Amino acid sequence: MSARTIFEQGRKGRRAFVCPELDVPDRPREELLPSKLRRREPAVLPEVSEPEIVRHYVRLSKKNFDLDSGFYPLGSCTMKHNPRLHERVAGLPGYARLHPLQRPAAAQGALELMWRLEGALGEIAGLPYVSLQPSAGSHGELAGVLLTRAYHEANGQRGTKVLTPDTAHGTNPATVTMAGYEVVKIATDEAGGVDIDDLRAKADEDVACLMLTNPNTLGLFDRNIEEIAAIVHGIGAILYYDGANLNAVMGRTRPGDMGFDIVHFNLHKTFTQPHGGGGPGAGPIAVSERIEPFLMTPRVRRGEDGEFDLDYDKPASIGRLRGFQGNFGTFVRTYAYICSLGAEGLREASEVAVLNANYLLARLGEMGLLERLPLAYGELCGHEFVLSGAPMKRDLGIRTLDLAKRLLDFGIHPPTVYFPLLVDEALLIEPTETETKETLDEFVEAIAAILAEAEEDPEIARTAPHTTPVRRLDEAGAARNPIIRQEVTR
Amino acid sequence: MADPARVPADLLYSDHHDWARVEGEEATFGITWYAQDQLGEIVFWDGAKVGDEVTAGDSYTELESVKAVSEVVAPLSGRIVAVNEEAERSPETINEHPYEQGWLVRVALSAPAEADRLLPPAAYEELIG
Repeated sequence: MSARTIFEQGRKGRRAFVCPELDVPDRPREELLPSKLRRREPAVLPEVSEPEIVRHYVRLSKKNFDLDSGFYPLGSCTMKHNPRLHERVAGLPGYARLHPLQRPAAAQGALELMWRLEGALGEIAGLPYVSLQPSAGSHGELAGVLLTRAYHEANGQRGTKVLTPDTAHGTNPATVTMAGYEVVKIATDEAGGVDIDDLRAKADEDVACLMLTNPNTLGLFDRNIEEIAAIVHGIGAILYYDGANLNAVMGRTRPGDMGFDIVHFNLHKTFTQPHGGGGPGAGPIAVSERIEPFLMTPRVRRGEDGEFDLDYDKPASIGRLRGFQGNFGTFVRTYAYICSLGAEGLREASEVAVLNANYLLARLGEMGLLERLPLAYGELCGHEFVLSGAPMKRDLGIRTLDLAKRLLDFGIHPPTVYFPLLVDEALLIEPTETETKETLDEFVEAIAAILAEAEEDPEIARTAPHTTPVRRLDEAGAARNPIIRQEVTR
Repeated sequence: MADPARVPADLLYSDHHDWARVEGEEATFGITWYAQDQLGEIVFWDGAKVGDEVTAGDSYTELESVKAVSEVVAPLSGRIVAVNEEAERSPETINEHPYEQGWLVRVALSAPAEADRLLPPAAYEELIG
């Protein structure tokens, strides 16, 4: 299959379009844009026909494995089906063709959607004040930690450290470091939750915040959350909720009720999105009353006359974290999802997500597969669970990576592998609520088949995948000698 | 019985899976065979600086593998006197020869008696099972 880039195709001068006749008075370029702002050389762009463009991108899309091709149980990523209704709604011209600089008076519908979405997210979080601005979960985390800093500074405190459990998503420590705090890791106890003794030992007046995911990346709900909240609030620190795993508890419990001060949502996970290509995402945050004065601007405001506007007049605000109002198409899909399902439906989605994960776990157990791939912690799980491939590696000589690669030959995307780091040869599996029982059964049968064939011939898994357009990649070679640019000559 | 390729008999070990070869007032540090096996293929080491102080039990550098970035913990305290530039350029050396060409730093020890707290080969062998 061709691996040529778009620049290596076509011919000089070839075009896939014809510019329409100019219907405004022609003006010299110098008048429109000062010469110092204009490029000296024309940009090097692909020169291809429309069929070449179409075939190029269709060819690439066929090499890709996506959620529309097969089961995608990528743990902590919540790869749920994106209903096609959402695409229809997001494509409505009033939304899709809105200009980011449109005057508020001419964008009332869009602002109302944002205002209503903020209300719905505030209700789901149990924290009433919402900003839709952050572009991703990690960006929401950064907002949360910057708000933490602003809050402490306004109260004359400093704090130099932020606590994160050793099961945390890698973005947590990265966020903390980027916001200028020091990361302090908290150990995990035998039940898979926060080690309360370790937390007590490390919770001192230098701590600004504890960042927590609940359920955590082991798929376990921390039952000690109220005690944890009391410890954190007892030292005057902020409790931050990483919403990556919200799909397990939506409508069942609310982070605000658990004692959290700041929550981020991953709209592209919990509330559907055509996701898997790295975006677009959205990481709105919801905060409590004491954090509200510092929230990003502009805020969507509804006046007494029912008109919507953007409010920049918040003197204590940390200001803007991005240009314009966020990834708006994501808001439309999220709002469509919330309206389609309603409060009961959102709760049911979470319940089925948890049921599906526990069914998958129980089927793996029934088939005797957990002997080689034991559950890392606990007996039941939330919306996802972590297996350890260590016995499989010891007994069959195949690693978690080999099992993951071999799953591709069965038309299944591998689960998250080698995360969380504290589990040896980890597999983090999240089926989501949108998969059928038959799909879950096929996954279990694929695992059974891979383990059985590895008993006979481990080489099959070690050299997998065998049926994909691209076979086993040299990941180490790619990381050691990355080729990240292509020189294009005209 | 210790496998000498995985746990050489002439080294001392830490429970962070680092080794130290103590020679008088100096020692060479590296990561163990077990550590490199757990990390997987190492793709990047950002090295260390001659003259920097290291403290036993504290991280002094980071290794990046295809799986994760991991901190490397100093088994003993002292000042770095040499850095293995070859391993910096070709980090796969650390996977291939963790005890020989894949050493990381050489340190002038500030408290040689700390070595008494490190694990002898048999104890380390037991730790990694």
